Amino acid sequence: MKESSFPAGIIEKVKGVGLVLKGNDIDTDRIIPARFLKCVNFDALGEQVFADDRNELKGSHPFDKLSNKDASILIVNDNFGCGSSREHAPQALMRWGIRGIIGQSFAEIFFGNCLALGIPCTTTSEENIKEIQDIVNQNQQCHCEIDLKYKKFIGGLKSWPIEIDNGPLEMLLTGQWDATSQLISQKIALKKIIKTLPYLNGFEAK
Amino acid sequence: MSSGTLYDKVWDLHRVAELPGGSTQLFIGLHLIHEVTSPQAFAALKEKNLSVRCPNRTVATVDHIVPTISQQRPFADPLAEEMLQTLEKNCLSNGINLYGIGSGKQGVVHVMAPELGLTQPGMTVACGDSHTSTHGAFGAIAFGIGTSQVRDVLASQSLAMNKLKVRRLWFEGNLSQGVYAKDLILHVIRKLGVKGGVGYAYEFAGPAIEALSMEERMTICNMAIEGGARCGYMNPDKNTFDYLKGKEHSPKGLHWGKAIKWWTSLSSDSSAIFDDEIRFDATEIAPTVTWGITPGQGIAINECIPIPKSLEYNESVLAEEACTYMDLKPGTPISGIPIDVCFIGSCTNGRLSDLKAAAQIAQGRKVAKGIKAFVVPGSEQVAKAAKKRRFRFNFYFCRF
Ligand code: SF4
Repeated sequence: MKESSFPAGIIEKVKGVGLVLKGNDIDTDRIIPARFLKCVNFDALGEQVFADDRNELKGSHPFDKLSNKDASILIVNDNFGCGSSREHAPQALMRWGIRGIIGQSFAEIFFGNCLALGIPCTTTSEENIKEIQDIVNQNQQCHCEIDLKYKKFIGGLKSWPIEIDNGPLEMLLTGQWDATSQLISQKIALKKIIKTLPYLNGFEAK
Repeated sequence: MSSGTLYDKVWDLHRVAELPGGSTQLFIGLHLIHEVTSPQAFAALKEKNLSVRCPNRTVATVDHIVPTISQQRPFADPLAEEMLQTLEKNCLSNGINLYGIGSGKQGVVHVMAPELGLTQPGMTVACGDSHTSTHGAFGAIAFGIGTSQVRDVLASQSLAMNKLKVRRLWFEGNLSQGVYAKDLILHVIRKLGVKGGVGYAYEFAGPAIEALSMEERMTICNMAIEGGARCGYMNPDKNTFDYLKGKEHSPKGLHWGKAIKWWTSLSSDSSAIFDDEIRFDATEIAPTVTWGITPGQGIAINECIPIPKSLEYNESVLAEEACTYMDLKPGTPISGIPIDVCFIGSCTNGRLSDLKAAAQIAQGRKVAKGIKAFVVPGSEQVAKAAKKRRFRFNFYFCRF
């Protein structure tokens, strides 16, 4: 697997190589087939992403193409991530190396599960997606960038406007998408509770 | 908005901070973990380079994957073996107490934790299993969580939560002879529906509840979630304290008296305000059987399978589906339907009192030919106690 570290902290931009995956209504069962759900950790999921689709295409699936090996930005079409709400789908994509997604639209739960991992799912119009997909496919190593702050997508020399709801955008730009870090940061308040809760302190009234 | 209820008091005591997204950070007093929902949470912790915040408030057991036939290690199922090994490793490296197989204390997490006195009034209890509502029987606020929340509790001993509304379910009178806790909760779910409790915590109260033993109360809270309520609870009383007295993790010595005083102060005030209240007449509850495909499809033992057309639209569609699936003819009396399998156990009904009730009925009889009958004690302690009281012997002679 790639050595890129997982998302952390404030996320303003995702830069890297783009990967075009065409098709509407790609569901979570295609992203990660159900038989891979029985696992004790998510580690191995990256290699299994799109396992069945890739098997069928015997090496010519976009996730198998050599030129896409280092891709981190996924370019999809409509209603991506629909179907079962499994957290494993964004986990598998993240572990393969995906750090940001742009498409025409996303299934709501998939969007939320991605956000919880620090992977922005951004949208733009059908025509824009087509254009982006063509440009990236023609020049597979072209520089791609999801710029959250200025709400635009850059592909090679061109740029397009992108959309993302204000709530999630705010969470990414401030690092609040990372629920665990948020909770951990309340060190003093947490200590205070531990010191005052009667059942942790011999039931003395405080 | 509710106020002065046990739920409000426990909530306030555990509130760490208000979070930017509008939810509240709640301290978790007892985090129960098991082999199914914890491995990925531990892995995520490691990836983020975090450690377990309060190992001494985290308690582990192994329940879901314990094989029925042979518990010899390694287990016949390699996946089960891997899950247990992962749990063992994680507990060891994080200093977490694990009640493993053969410890004499292992069991279904919702059976063993109360048995050990881990669950106490006034605590917040979380566990990666929807039936965590069981622990509310002690006057704790207990709820099931998902794997990413298990990770959050491990890392911070707290959770981002939204406060629920509180609905009091009041039961006047007493349950009739031969009517049990399970009948009571199935009756509630039948009346209010499987989604009736969404957004609510259920406070079960009234004379009928006060008369129940702790084991019966656990059965009711266990199934609060089947009725859509994420947590259900009862106010702690003498039954609660008697049950807890002398248990391994219960307060001892001087602490015991102080604990009772504090626990008593947590009960909902007589002037408490509830968001909603529904009253039931406990004397009217009959032995209840679910006949369909959801826990809401229950009828009294002397009733007939409903005729779908006579029901409201949504229910009638579901009833028709259930009749087809269960191969039942609408209008047939439920009491005449033959039994194929008998299962006594699970986190709802695997406690000693359940086995005792079953053994009393089985006494002097035999399981009829063609029926498969199972008894699965909910924990090693239940199994041991049942054996001592010769229930096992009973079941054996009854060809269980
Ligand atoms: S229903 Fe209860 S006993 Fe059965 S698997 Fe779930 S928690 Fe365990």
